[in-house]
Amino acid sequence: MNIKLKLIVGLSVLLFSVNIFAAGKVHLDHANTDIFDEASLQNGAKLFMNYCSGCHEISLMRYNRIAKDLNLTEEHVAKNLMFAGNKVGEAITTAMPEDAAAKWFGGVPPDLSLVSRSKGTDWIYTYLRSFYDDEERIFGVNNKVLVNASMPDVLWPLRESQSEAAFDQSVLDITNFLDYVGEPAKLIRLKLGKWVLLFLGILFILAYMLKKEYWKDVKYGIWRPRD
Amino acid sequence: MNNKQSWIDQRFPLSKVINEHLAEYYTPRNFNFWYFFGGLAVVMLIMQLVTGIFLTMHYKPDAEYAFASVEYIMRDVEWGWFIRYMHSTGASAFFVIIYLHMMRALLYGSYKGPRELIWILGMVLYILLLAEAFMGYVLPWGQMSFWGAQVIISLFGSVPIVGPDLLVWILGDYAVGDATLNRFFSLHVVVIPLILVVLVFLHIVALHHVGSNNPDGIEIKKNKDADGIPKDGIPFHPYFTIKDSVVVVGFLWIFCAVVFYAPALNGYFLEAPNFIEANPLKTPEHIAPLWYLTPYYSVLRAIPPLFGSQFPGVLGMFAALGVFFLLPWLDRSPVKSIRYRSPIYKWILGVFVLSFIVLGWLGVQPVTPLYVLMARIFTILYFSFFILMPWFSTLGKTKEVPERVTG
Repeated sequence: MNIKLKLIVGLSVLLFSVNIFAAGKVHLDHANTDIFDEASLQNGAKLFMNYCSGCHEISLMRYNRIAKDLNLTEEHVAKNLMFAGNKVGEAITTAMPEDAAAKWFGGVPPDLSLVSRSKGTDWIYTYLRSFYDDEERIFGVNNKVLVNASMPDVLWPLRESQSEAAFDQSVLDITNFLDYVGEPAKLIRLKLGKWVLLFLGILFILAYMLKKEYWKDVKYGIWRPRD
Repeated sequence: MNNKQSWIDQRFPLSKVINEHLAEYYTPRNFNFWYFFGGLAVVMLIMQLVTGIFLTMHYKPDAEYAFASVEYIMRDVEWGWFIRYMHSTGASAFFVIIYLHMMRALLYGSYKGPRELIWILGMVLYILLLAEAFMGYVLPWGQMSFWGAQVIISLFGSVPIVGPDLLVWILGDYAVGDATLNRFFSLHVVVIPLILVVLVFLHIVALHHVGSNNPDGIEIKKNKDADGIPKDGIPFHPYFTIKDSVVVVGFLWIFCAVVFYAPALNGYFLEAPNFIEANPLKTPEHIAPLWYLTPYYSVLRAIPPLFGSQFPGVLGMFAALGVFFLLPWLDRSPVKSIRYRSPIYKWILGVFVLSFIVLGWLGVQPVTPLYVLMARIFTILYFSFFILMPWFSTLGKTKEVPERVTG
């Protein structure tokens, strides 16, 4: 009986929740990130480690992978980007205890390893630029993209000190870095893809020529005049 | 014949098997585009098996570690991302191929006698493949894995009387959790692949026994020369092995374009919410099954509940699948191929294909009154195709079928 009830509730939630989805759409600015812009990725890594990593983990990423992919030395990463870890082979976690975080923010700040894949780069780019003053909220700010976000506007020192264009670029760099963190293999697959397709393209032409040669039999040769 | 081969042949019918299925398997020479997909399905099955074996080496079927282990494959395992994308893209590509393969059967009447058993084996394969893909999608243990499983499995709970017990029996628990993940892993990597391989073998043995159909729907075995070889047949090897190689390379080009440039294919192959770890306390805003399940999902949603029970919808969904089995006996047209069928049949087949596509599209859309109405209309059209087939398949004037294959 209980399960039956659950099923009905579950299905009705399923059927109606989609309307909320349709209604809650906000306009997102186009991020237009470029994962091959190494300077942008390096700056994004720096900004992320300084402004975000105090609360947010990217625990699926290792420090030395960043060093390798962004053309930095492991010493440089250890000295300038590693605030919480001990070894460069470690995953990038935060030092903030989970229960304390839950108390301070009303919830544990999410791991951002895959945020670019679940929310998309446009969402991150717009979200970080959409904070506005709201005295009702505990941190004095609210967000247009994620209404009643429990995150404070951590980038305000940047916004205050930079021109609008420079601030947008900083946010873009963070977004770009998070896009890379979401899928480090993107660096490999986008570079490799054209060579794979070129190889298969040439192989296709050769295979097609071979087929034509064999099928001459069918067209003019031994198999047509069998009767 | 060299000595070594005859040594084997004395102990195992190697030459006989090669001849029967390749060198002396006579295939109609007029195969067209629609005949690419049987061979491609075999290639796809092998690709899924091989990439699956490598994924199994690194994946952890444990609710605690499953999600992270997939990302471990994507990041720390050498070429892991490539293997995983081949497998995930492969699942969708497999269904593109299978749907086109089935379309071929509909176009050229390949399900009609004497190929009824091939069709039935194929339908069992198709349903098993749907189950295989569904369970595979649960394994990464993201939000869509979890909630998709929750919705689909809970359908079994709507069965009258035994429903609740059946549900617990399937889940191995009172809710989707570690027990469910573990058994789905076992079913996905051992049980279903084993059955699939055996059934594909039987599907091909049955095909090679009666011989392939062709775009003209003519039995080439009825026209044999003095040596007993069909006049319109050519040996499968080398002609079709080489032709299919071209097809496979062409297919791989498209496949790799997706794997390297759009592995998530805008959320159709890998859904964005599935990059968030499964959370039983947080229902996603929008739950939609992957695209290859959506026509049936639409049928489910189109049928209204009866006495507060979703069971009619569930029955409808399984009926939409099951009714395919009857096709060989519902079709009473004297001709096989669409080329010689009556104009009215062509229109009705067109409406059916359209219904299937529209239902698929509706399956990923939110529920609005208009869409519900559309889903109901197209569900009726879908079932009408099968129910009215004994009648309309005899209507109209068919064209005369030639003696020999054309083109």
